[in-house]
Amino acid sequence: MTKQAVQLSLPGFEQAHGGWRTEYSRQIGADRAIKNRSGVEIKPLYTPRDWNGDGFLENLGFPGQYPYTRGIYPTMHRGCTWTQRQLIGLGTPEDYNKRVRTILDAGATAISLIPCNSVFRGNDCNEVDLPLLGTCGTVVNTADHMDRALDSVPLGNISTAMNDPSPFTLLAFLLAVAKRRGIPWTSITGTSNQSDYISHFIANHMFFRLSLPGARRVLLDHIEFCRTYVPGWNPVSVVGQHMQQAGATPVETMAFTISTALQYAQDCIDRGMDIDHVLRRFTFFFDISISFFEEVAKFRAGRRIWARLARERLGAKDPGSWRFKFHGQTSGVDLTVQQPMNNVARVAVQAMAGIMSGLQSLHTDAYDEAITTPTEETARIAVATQNILREEAHLCDVIDPLGGSYYVETLTDQMEEEMMALIGKVDDAGGMYKAAEAGLIQAMIGQSALAFQEKVETGEEKVIGVNCYQADNVAYAAPPTERPDVERMQQHVASFTAYKAERSQTDVRRALDALKRAANSERDNIYGRIVEAAEVGITHGEIVSLLREELGFGHPLVVV
Amino acid sequence: MTATGLNPPARVLVTKIGLDGHDRGSRIVAAYLRDAGMEVIYTPPWQSIPAVVKLVLEEDVDVVGISSLATDHLIVPKLADALRTAGLGHVGLIVGGIVPDDECPALQQAGVSAIFGPGSPRDEIIAHVAALAAKVRDVKNAEFREIAQ
Repeated sequence: MTKQAVQLSLPGFEQAHGGWRTEYSRQIGADRAIKNRSGVEIKPLYTPRDWNGDGFLENLGFPGQYPYTRGIYPTMHRGCTWTQRQLIGLGTPEDYNKRVRTILDAGATAISLIPCNSVFRGNDCNEVDLPLLGTCGTVVNTADHMDRALDSVPLGNISTAMNDPSPFTLLAFLLAVAKRRGIPWTSITGTSNQSDYISHFIANHMFFRLSLPGARRVLLDHIEFCRTYVPGWNPVSVVGQHMQQAGATPVETMAFTISTALQYAQDCIDRGMDIDHVLRRFTFFFDISISFFEEVAKFRAGRRIWARLARERLGAKDPGSWRFKFHGQTSGVDLTVQQPMNNVARVAVQAMAGIMSGLQSLHTDAYDEAITTPTEETARIAVATQNILREEAHLCDVIDPLGGSYYVETLTDQMEEEMMALIGKVDDAGGMYKAAEAGLIQAMIGQSALAFQEKVETGEEKVIGVNCYQADNVAYAAPPTERPDVERMQQHVASFTAYKAERSQTDVRRALDALKRAANSERDNIYGRIVEAAEVGITHGEIVSLLREELGFGHPLVVV
Repeated sequence: MTATGLNPPARVLVTKIGLDGHDRGSRIVAAYLRDAGMEVIYTPPWQSIPAVVKLVLEEDVDVVGISSLATDHLIVPKLADALRTAGLGHVGLIVGGIVPDDECPALQQAGVSAIFGPGSPRDEIIAHVAALAAKVRDVKNAEFREIAQ
C-alpha cells in the first residue's frame, strides 16, 4: 500500500531530497524490501512529503481531545502513570494470598487473579489430574476459596482484575466475599478482563466454556447486573491479545478487536441499554509485540478509529464513551526458551512501545514466561523493568513522544486505513459474531500465523537464539521450575470434597433450581442468580456444568 | 521436504491432553506433517487419555504427537501407561512445546522418543516422525505376518 505524497512548498526540499536519494542508492546497492508484520511496506526514510501535519486538529488534536490519537487524557502519564498490574496466579488460595500480600506490601495498587487451567475448563479441583492443579493459576472453586485467597486484602480500596471468562464465577465469589465482610458492592472496582467470549471462540479456546448464543446472553446479563449493582466494575474487556498470540498481525488484531467491541455495543443497544452507560465501562486488552513502531502505530490508530466509530456509528454522546482505555501485556510469543535471560531485554522494548503508546495499565512478562509460571525472583525483575522505564528512562515526561514523527504518523495513517478495510470486511460478513461463527476470522489468523512461522524458518524474520546467534545457547542456564506443593494441593482437594458433602443440600438444590429457571427465562437476569448461588456455597464446577447443560457446551471452532 | 516413503502414508495423531488450550503450535506442526505427505488426524485440545487411546486404536495411528504448552506434559507418562495397557505400546510417542529441562527425563523414561521445543526445525521434526513411523510400521507388519501365518 502506498500513500499519496503530499504537496510541499519547502524551498530547496526537492533538490536536497533528490541528493539524498542518489547517495542512498549508490551506497546501499541492491536495497531489500522491508514489510512490517502487518504487511505494510517500510521505506528507509520518511519526510514531510509523507506527513506534513495537514489535518492536525482533525486527525491528531491534543491529548484528552477527540479523536484521542495522542492519548485519552489531558495529562496522560505525566499526571498519573499507568497501573502496574502484574498477573498472578498459582497453587492453592493460601499460596496466592502469600504472593499477593508481598506485592501489596511492595506498593502495588491493583491486583489480578489468574485461576488454574482446571477452572478455565469449568472443572472443580476434585475432577482433574492432581499433577495439573495449580501449575498455571490458583485453584479457586468457591466463595470460601476466594475469601482465603483475598485474606487481608482491602477489597473496597483496591482494583481487582479477574481473569474470569463467562459465566464470571470469580466475580460472583468476590462479591459474596465482599458481602460477608460488609463491604458495599458500590465500592468494588476492577475488570472482568476475560469477558470477550468471541475472542475465546476464535483464539483462546481454553477459556471458551458456554455455547456462542449462551455466552452472548450471559455477557449481556453480566453487563446489566454490574451496571446496576457494581457500578465501579468494568464488565467488558475486549481482548485483542488472544488473537495476536494466535498469530494475527497487529493490523488484524486491532481491526478484529474493534469489530468485536462494535458487536458487543450493538448487542447492548438491541437490548435497550443506553449506549453511553455501557461504553464508558468498555476496556481493551492487548498484546504488545517487539515490532516497536508498528505497535505504537497500532495503538494510536486504534484509539482514533474507536473514538470515531463510537461517536459516529454507535451514536455515543459522552466523551467517556469515545476513550479507548487499554491494558497492555508484553507478548509472550516473542520470548524465547533459548537464552532466556535475553527476554529481559525484549520485555523492556515491548513495554516501551506500550508506554509510548499511552497505555492505561501494563503487565510485563517475567523472563521465564516462555518456560514456566514466574518465580518470585523473575516476577520481581518484571516489576523492576517497569520501575526503571518510569523512573530512570523518563518515559513519562512527555505525552505521545513519538507523535509528529514523519514515520510514526505515516504508519499510523497507513495501518488505520488497513484496519478500516478489515472492519469493513467483517461488517460485510454480518458483524463479528457471524464472522467468527463462520470461521472467517480463524482462517485469516491461521494464515498469518503460518506465514510468520515460515519467515522465522527461512530466517527472513530473525529471532536471536532461534534462527541466529545459536552458538550462545549453551551459555545460559534454564530458569528454575516451581511446581505447587503436591501434599498441600492434596489437602486442598480433600477439604473441598468434605466441604461439598457438608453443605445444606436443600440450599444447594434451591440455588441450582433458581439458576436453571433463570437460564430458561429470557426475563430473568442469569448473572444475578449466579451471584446468589455463589453466596450460598455453590461451586464453580456446579455453576458451569448447569449452564452448559441449559445453554449449550462451548465448542470453539478450530480451523487448521 | 521429506516424504515418509511409507505406503500407505504414516498416520500421525496431533493432539493435546489435559487442561491447556494453546494450539498455535499444534496447528502449525499438523500443517507441516500434512504438507510432508503424512496423514494427520487433528483434534481440538483437552482430549481425555481414554479418548486418545480410542483414537489411536480406531485410526490405526503410527505416531502420537502431544502438544503441551502449560504443564500438561506432566500426565504424558499416564498416557504412555494407558497405551501400553491397551496393547498399543509399540505406537510412537513424541511431545512438542514447553517442557522444562528437569522434567524431560520422566517423559523419556515413559517412552517418549523426542521432545521438540520452540525453534526445533521443521525438517528435524518431519525426519524424526517419518523414521519413527517407519519403525512402528515394521512392528505392525511383523505382528500382522505372525497372525497371518
